[in-house]
Amino acid sequence: MLEADRLECTRGDRTLFRDLSFSLAPTQLVHLAGANGTGKTSLLRILCGLLSPAHGEVRWGGRPIASVREEYAAQLLYVGHANAVKDELTALENLEIGTTLAGRSCTRAAALQALEDFGVARCAQLPVRTLSQGQRRRVSLARLALGAGAENPVPLWILDEPLAALDTAAVAYLEDLIANHVKGGGMVVLTTHQPLAVTTVTMLRIDLDIQ
Amino acid sequence: MSPLACIVRRDLLLVFRRRSDVFNTLVFFVIVVSLFPLGVGPEPNQLRAMAPGVIWVAALLAAMLALNRLFASDYADGTLEQMALASEPLFMLVIGKVLAHWLVTGLPLVLIAPVLGLQFDMPPEALAVMAGSLVLGTPVLSLIGGVGAALTLGVRGGGVLVALLVLPLYIPVLVFGAGAVVASGAGLSAQAHLLLLGASLALALVLSPWATAMALRISLD
Repeated sequence: MLEADRLECTRGDRTLFRDLSFSLAPTQLVHLAGANGTGKTSLLRILCGLLSPAHGEVRWGGRPIASVREEYAAQLLYVGHANAVKDELTALENLEIGTTLAGRSCTRAAALQALEDFGVARCAQLPVRTLSQGQRRRVSLARLALGAGAENPVPLWILDEPLAALDTAAVAYLEDLIANHVKGGGMVVLTTHQPLAVTTVTMLRIDLDIQ
Repeated sequence: MSPLACIVRRDLLLVFRRRSDVFNTLVFFVIVVSLFPLGVGPEPNQLRAMAPGVIWVAALLAAMLALNRLFASDYADGTLEQMALASEPLFMLVIGKVLAHWLVTGLPLVLIAPVLGLQFDMPPEALAVMAGSLVLGTPVLSLIGGVGAALTLGVRGGGVLVALLVLPLYIPVLVFGAGAVVASGAGLSAQAHLLLLGASLALALVLSPWATAMALRISLD
């Protein structure tokens, strides 16, 4: 259970939002909306614990995330603005190394399957430098498929513009993946400007424009 | 594979795929040290006297040149963010990154320094002591440099700032390192200097990964 309690975020001398509270239980999805520059990415980074809020706190299982950092990190998958892939490494190496560094085990077969699921199995042995923007995004998102397929899946996904640069087939696949994850007891917080066709789950919409 | 072994392997693999980066540091070191005998003249006593200082100063500057590469690319492509969100404590990953950085930028200097020392007509005992002092000293440079590199991540003009931040902390290493070689050249025991270098290494090993991890979190905020 993730709780945000009266969060306030300031960047420079500008207040992006204040008194923002919500909670997220298993099988729920939060869709953050808002124009550019309203603080969506900042809010996601606060939820991850990368950014500290000016006021308020984020709690995981009732405890502030700063006090359970490693435990919280094990329950969290964050796909940020940047793809977090190294240009010099191949897609497969990126996925394997990224997962191992995050502290999760990863077999080669599982990694290949995740790339296959995202339709980039053909590029598995190519350096990411040679891939297109959309393919890089798919490699980055393959972590989700890997996380969902693991023995004990990672419950909380925090996704920053996951649909950006993806083609329609990949968008449809990702929507399916998100819907299945939520239905299976997972939690998702995401931002997107595109309409999201995940209708079968409880969706909470937070509009930062109104804050 | 443990996350620590994984990050060492990853950073070495990245360097292997982009080899020019390694040679920059090494070439700088070799050029600076080799130019001195040419510029100062072939007087053996004078060369012997200045060798420890020249080699140590060059090693220090070479280590500093390589610092900005420690975290910059991971910061730019978002992998650093992911490391900060790993279930492994961040300082463990910092230890791995600094170790890989030292293997690439520090170890080659240690290995080539005795060869360069021959240009200065250094006696064999002094060469051995110099290699020893570099083995103990260059990891300290990498560890302390990590704190500076982490603090100046994403700052414009970070290169100059790093130099200002870490130079004062580098000076004791330079004094003890060069001092050890001078002492052995003068026929005295270098033990005291080497022990002090070893103590600095122990202290830096304990404190700097932790400080670097804190600095990285501040830079990511």
